[in-house]
Amino acid sequence: MRSVIQVSGVRKSYGSTVAVAEASFDVNEGEIFGLIGPNGAGKTTTMECIEGLRKPDGGSIAVLGLDPFRDVYKLQNRIGVQLQQAQLQKRIKVWEAVDLWASLYQKKSIDGDRLLEQLGLTDKRNAWFMNLSGGQKQRLFIALALINDPEVVFLDELTTGLDPQARHAIWDLVRGIRERGKTVFLTTHLMEEAERLCDRVAIMEHGRIIDIDTPANLVLRHCPERTVVIEVSDAGAAERFKTVPGVESVERDGNRLTISGRGELVTEVIHCVSENRVRVTDFRAILPNLEDVFLKLTGRSIRE
Amino acid sequence: MLRGLLKLTWIETKIFLREPMGAIGTILVPVIVFVVAGRMINSRAPAPSMSNFARVGLPVMATILIVISTVLSLVTIISIYREGGILKRLRATPLRPQTILSAHVLVKLMLTTASLVLMFLAGKRYIPPGVHPPLISFGVALAISTLSLLSIGFVIASIVPTARFAQPIGAIVLYPMVGISGLFVPVASFPPMLRALAHASPMTYAVNLLQGMWVGDPWLAHLGDVAALAGFFLLFTAISAKVFRWE
Repeated sequence: MRSVIQVSGVRKSYGSTVAVAEASFDVNEGEIFGLIGPNGAGKTTTMECIEGLRKPDGGSIAVLGLDPFRDVYKLQNRIGVQLQQAQLQKRIKVWEAVDLWASLYQKKSIDGDRLLEQLGLTDKRNAWFMNLSGGQKQRLFIALALINDPEVVFLDELTTGLDPQARHAIWDLVRGIRERGKTVFLTTHLMEEAERLCDRVAIMEHGRIIDIDTPANLVLRHCPERTVVIEVSDAGAAERFKTVPGVESVERDGNRLTISGRGELVTEVIHCVSENRVRVTDFRAILPNLEDVFLKLTGRSIRE
Repeated sequence: MLRGLLKLTWIETKIFLREPMGAIGTILVPVIVFVVAGRMINSRAPAPSMSNFARVGLPVMATILIVISTVLSLVTIISIYREGGILKRLRATPLRPQTILSAHVLVKLMLTTASLVLMFLAGKRYIPPGVHPPLISFGVALAISTLSLLSIGFVIASIVPTARFAQPIGAIVLYPMVGISGLFVPVASFPPMLRALAHASPMTYAVNLLQGMWVGDPWLAHLGDVAALAGFFLLFTAISAKVFRWE
């Protein structure tokens, strides 16, 4: 797999405030890579260094083989950018923004009208930016980030402030970008977003990358505990579950059993249930997620 | 990059005209002020006994007001664009920073020209008989003055903390400059301190140049003014290039 972004030992401070203490990672071609962490972790600063908008104090960055700060104009032609909390001119029309952006790039841009159609903005063509909803604004920013048919797309906190419905629609769009063979680099403080969208994530806290892997591997590595809560009519089944591979404890509360363990616990429990024809009235698997990984790694919740 | 500049200039012009107060405030108000003032002065004094201020000062004052409203609107728009992250968003494209700012200067120059043409058309009959201002020279003098004063606008736009302060700070800087520019009282009659201050202000040279052009002075007589305005332009452009903030 070809890596399109290489970040190595990047540091950046604003005065005495250290925004990025040390960041190193690679982003592979064609993947959705997420930089995740709480607000203020240094995600946006890291991303803006990679986009060539900020000059890091130290370390090296290469994007598509270019130095983002020195070759910023060459790079801007080949990447697409959506910035956190950016605005456009209040009274610019949607089609004017797309038309303007299309004129800024050297290579032939893609068909703006088709792009608007794909993003569901066709009937907003003539609307002023200020009259768009939050979701429509974000879709327009995605359109602007895609207008030059970029090789790498940067999305910074894309769905912050959107309602769940708009958020899901945007996630589908981002998956669509990957399907066109583009690489997506995004930041988010929403663990659900990272889990559903990203092929790989880097967890960042206090300006440092703590770990990098697929969401599933991160969960498996840092939170291997699995729990199954099961209600059975035959309370004697409890003994049977104790012998299931991976089970560490079985707690009984009337007909409700809480089975804790690790590894392939859920599969093994299901296997045991079907093999012994245990009558089950309720079944719930409690799986840890990235949220739990973050809590485990940093000792605090990402929402704090 | 010329394509980007032209397109941005065109779009910014359209956006400006969509502002409810944009076109009215910056184009029509100075014109109306000029027409009303011209009518009042005209009705009071018959043409031959017209004061020097009515003959030369008033058109130059109206012109300067147009230039100031241009500079203030540039300062405001740049600070609003910075606050809203629009400048940053534009910078995250292959657009060069100077292209973004040039587009705004172009828009402002066009607006100044439009206001001025309107002013002449509306106020033509108030220009006293016997005065035939050389419009082309006056227009060139105006362009030079506007560019020079716009460069101050960029310095102000670079340092104002938020968009809310942009307009008042700009006004505090620019209007006193008009007061000591020699438009109302000759600079030569100032006390020494004030005179030194007047000579340090580009407005003084702009007023002197515009007045001279209005009454048909040759350019040779105003080379000093042009040189001073060009000097200020270079100085302020260099300063704003150093201190300009994109976000």
